[in-house]
Amino acid sequence: MPHPALAQQFTANRERAQWHDKALWFVREKRDRMAAAVPEWELLRETASAIKSHTQSRLAEYLEQFEANAKKLGVIVHWATDAGEHNRIVLNILQKHNVQRLVKSKSMLTEECHLNPFLEKHGIEVVDTDLGERIVQFRQERPSHIVLPAIHLRKEEVGECFHEHLGSEKGASDPAYLTEVARQHLRERFCHADAGLTGVNFAIAETGGIVICTNEGNADLGVSLPKLHIACMGIEKLIPRAVDLGVFLRLLARSATGQPITTYSSHFHGPRPGCEMHIVLVDNGRTEILQMPEFRRSLDCIRCGACMNTCPVYRRSGGHSYEATVPGPIGSILTPLQTPEKHSSLPFACTLCGSCTDVCPVKIDLHHQLFAMRGFLDRKRLIGGSKKLSMQIVSGVLSRTWLFNLLGKCARTSLRILPRFMIYNPFNAWGKQRDLPTAPKQSFRQQFAARSKRNP
Amino acid sequence: MASSRDTILSKIRSALPQSSPLPDLAAVTSWQTFAEPIEQFTAILKLVGGLAMHVGNLAEADAHLRTQTHWSGGKNRCSIVAGVGDSTVNLDGIDDPHELENLDFAVLKGHFAVAENAAVWVTDDTVPHRVLYFIPQHLAIVVPASRVLNNLHEAYSQMTVGQHAFAGFISGPSKTGDIEQSLVIGAHGARSLIVYLVDDMR
Repeated sequence: MPHPALAQQFTANRERAQWHDKALWFVREKRDRMAAAVPEWELLRETASAIKSHTQSRLAEYLEQFEANAKKLGVIVHWATDAGEHNRIVLNILQKHNVQRLVKSKSMLTEECHLNPFLEKHGIEVVDTDLGERIVQFRQERPSHIVLPAIHLRKEEVGECFHEHLGSEKGASDPAYLTEVARQHLRERFCHADAGLTGVNFAIAETGGIVICTNEGNADLGVSLPKLHIACMGIEKLIPRAVDLGVFLRLLARSATGQPITTYSSHFHGPRPGCEMHIVLVDNGRTEILQMPEFRRSLDCIRCGACMNTCPVYRRSGGHSYEATVPGPIGSILTPLQTPEKHSSLPFACTLCGSCTDVCPVKIDLHHQLFAMRGFLDRKRLIGGSKKLSMQIVSGVLSRTWLFNLLGKCARTSLRILPRFMIYNPFNAWGKQRDLPTAPKQSFRQQFAARSKRNP
Repeated sequence: MASSRDTILSKIRSALPQSSPLPDLAAVTSWQTFAEPIEQFTAILKLVGGLAMHVGNLAEADAHLRTQTHWSGGKNRCSIVAGVGDSTVNLDGIDDPHELENLDFAVLKGHFAVAENAAVWVTDDTVPHRVLYFIPQHLAIVVPASRVLNNLHEAYSQMTVGQHAFAGFISGPSKTGDIEQSLVIGAHGARSLIVYLVDDMR
């Protein structure tokens, strides 16, 4: 379903839509306070952006360096060209170790590859251990936000969900109580897991290690008890040096949730004694994006979610309206690049206000890319007829001064004299939830000319 | 058929962006510093739900720890810092980290602390099982007070990343905001964290 239709479903519950908007704005404000407390914030962003650009320009070398160093640490490295290969690699490793129960920490890549249903089909129990992800897993939904997976839900709904699946008290909705219930439930799962699977926040070429950031400690518990650790990452997660982490870790949590750093920033360099560690490097369309100059910087994304928290459309339409693994501004670039037919409405879920670009910690030119994406989809002939026709009409009017003046005059007069039902009707999408402003008697040009005459 | 590895690498090489320089981080002189790093660390740790105690020596840390109900009320405790707390669980006798499931309190070592974000750097060579950082209900970490650095850049420039299978920063107790954005301390890891900044470590 296109974004406008799904957004309409979300906004039908006005009270919830307003609450959602406020909840995310609250996170945006926390981010602002944190950014303002670091005097060199802009220098950090510029540095992060420069490190990412450099890494992209040498990505093949850095991947080879990373692989060689990881192997020296005793890590088994795999390469997957697409989601299917990634899933088969993971399944193979798990089957070789007779894994029945897998605990997983947050990984947008495995969401993208639909790993969970694939493993479940092969009889493996998969438990998402991030609290928000566990909630949406119970509800058989996708995360609605990459950092706050259950931000679309009210605590009463979480209470109901836990009552059904975990036997918590009926009607209980206190977040502290519900978190405790989840803690007990997931502790038991951690202790009985045969393997732990994680995503990767950063992979360091010069050391061959990976860094994983969480607040809950779920990734760490998940890989410190069982003997098998599998880490899955997109090839764009690479950074050249360990010192680069100083830049990225300072930016990530401040941008994401307005914290000075995540509670745990764990650096993994090889398996525990007697254990195994695997890293799966995944392409799944990334090399294609790398070949598109206007969109390649979207691969710099460190998945902080700041662009979602600030986006006026995301906040008011909810993450599920994007029907994408990554929603919001960055998702409206990455997703249509992978599935243009299905997601051609996403770059239009944007007012081009540029707020996303302003908050992006790695300075991705998000709103420029969102604009370019419209052209990209048009060249693929995926822009709907009515949108195209209206754009052609606007372009025709704006390029002819006489026609623009004439129509302006008609509009000013008709808005004043026409009865209400003639203006506010199903053909006028702009009048759906708002009144048009009172039409002035004179155009701007006329007012300006008169003013110049009065005050020469 | 080419391997997936070769396919991916050759696809990347077929259209590399123009090369651009890697920033020299050591040349930057404007990273944030603090007049009183210990005070900054203490304030930020409080903000993220932890408690920093600046003490003169290990005996003072020990005395404070014993006033903590989480410590005194905990049945299964361990300390790897001689002179701070004591152990009811003998870590030497434990081969399988799962046996630490019911650990109530652990006193562990940190190498240094970072003032800007209240992070403490820990490594696996000081503990028999890395899960000790994550599985106890409550945690205390002992750090030399002389080793409170200003920011993460200082931290990374002073250590060698990659020499430990596990190493990491811990900043405060574990937490989540996944239910309606309300902050709850004690998600999966420690429910509380005390960091002792000790002047005299002897």
